[in-house]
Amino acid sequence: MAEYFNLFMKAAFVENLALTFFLGMCTFLAVSKRVDTAVGLGLAVIAVQVITVPVNYLIFEYLLKPGALAWAGLSEVDLSFLGLVSYIGVIAALVQILEMTLDRYFPTLYNALGIFLPLITVNCAILGGTLFMVERQYDFAQSVTFGLGSGFGWAVALIALAGIREKLRYSDVPDGLQGLGITFIIVGLMSLGFMGFSGIQL
Amino acid sequence: MSEPRRILIDPLVDDNPVLLQVLGICSALAVTTSLLPALLMCAAMTTVAMFSGAAISAIRAHIPNNIRIIVQMTIIASLVIVVDQVLKAYAYETSKQLSVFVGLIITNCIILGRAEAFAAKNPVGASFLDGLGNGLGYSAVLVIVAACRELFGAGTLLGYTVLPLTSNGGWYEANGMMLLPPSAFFIIGLLIWAVRTARPKQVEKPEYQIHEVHRTEVL
Repeated sequence: MAEYFNLFMKAAFVENLALTFFLGMCTFLAVSKRVDTAVGLGLAVIAVQVITVPVNYLIFEYLLKPGALAWAGLSEVDLSFLGLVSYIGVIAALVQILEMTLDRYFPTLYNALGIFLPLITVNCAILGGTLFMVERQYDFAQSVTFGLGSGFGWAVALIALAGIREKLRYSDVPDGLQGLGITFIIVGLMSLGFMGFSGIQL
Repeated sequence: MSEPRRILIDPLVDDNPVLLQVLGICSALAVTTSLLPALLMCAAMTTVAMFSGAAISAIRAHIPNNIRIIVQMTIIASLVIVVDQVLKAYAYETSKQLSVFVGLIITNCIILGRAEAFAAKNPVGASFLDGLGNGLGYSAVLVIVAACRELFGAGTLLGYTVLPLTSNGGWYEANGMMLLPPSAFFIIGLLIWAVRTARPKQVEKPEYQIHEVHRTEVL
């Protein structure tokens, strides 16, 4: 149990996808103007991440890995070069399903997320999570934990930034730094803060 | 300026994909701790941008509108796989350093953004140039950030010593923060400030002004 907790904390804080690997930055900067939309998007990203990382793990393990097709009698086939296409296909399909589910059962959240829901497909945090899972050779339970942790960390960073930016509307920023420029500086400072988590082992 | 030249030159400063359209920032920040991987990343990214633009533009009349995103993603993903395999074959060490970020070119918003905004409506040649221009605009930012970080963080450029470090008997005290993630945010933030001071048209309107009078006085 401790091992999984440690992995969760590491994925969420020490190796925060947004602040140390810069993943999902486009959405991160674009949707962080209001706290309530940030919360909605954060939840959607956690949901997608928890599902896609383990599903892609199963695809990698039983279809793509060298020797993975042994159960079909094709033990010499190595399909790992097809990885990228398969992962992005899985992600696109899942986002589509999530979109239809939300539309049917949670129309308010669906309307609040608007265009950003389909854009989760091209959110690098999602594909990045999958690629890290493959690179670090997690097993099934670890990939579920990693998906949860990394999605959670990304959502926390997004909501924190949205909170700061809401307050920032009332400050007098130099002209050239207005908007995007000052946001980058803030994210840099947040990233410095998150560096404080590094080295924590539980 | 003639049309093709405008398509090529505009994304460099006036309409830079990273600094102005806020696209493709993820990879722009992650691979910039030193110059060599950054250059390789630029080459990979520009290649994919050019050819995906051309390919999507070539079949733009035949793509059904409601599944166009999936078609575009498939074209982009196939191109990225080719680039990834080429890098693994000819630049194995550096491609290891880039780790997952070559794969992440697929989700680089510049490529999909340009496919949607330009290649889906324009002829093949123009889309190819647009891909090249945006690739170069992205590369310009990447090279500046990477050069700053490698020079001030490790005192080298492309691995050659420029500022001799105190640890090796030189005079330059390495700034360790340059090698850590936050510095990339600061450099891009300052870069945006510099570009927008030079091109005041790009300055964003504040959502809320505290000092109406003070602002008008300054202007």
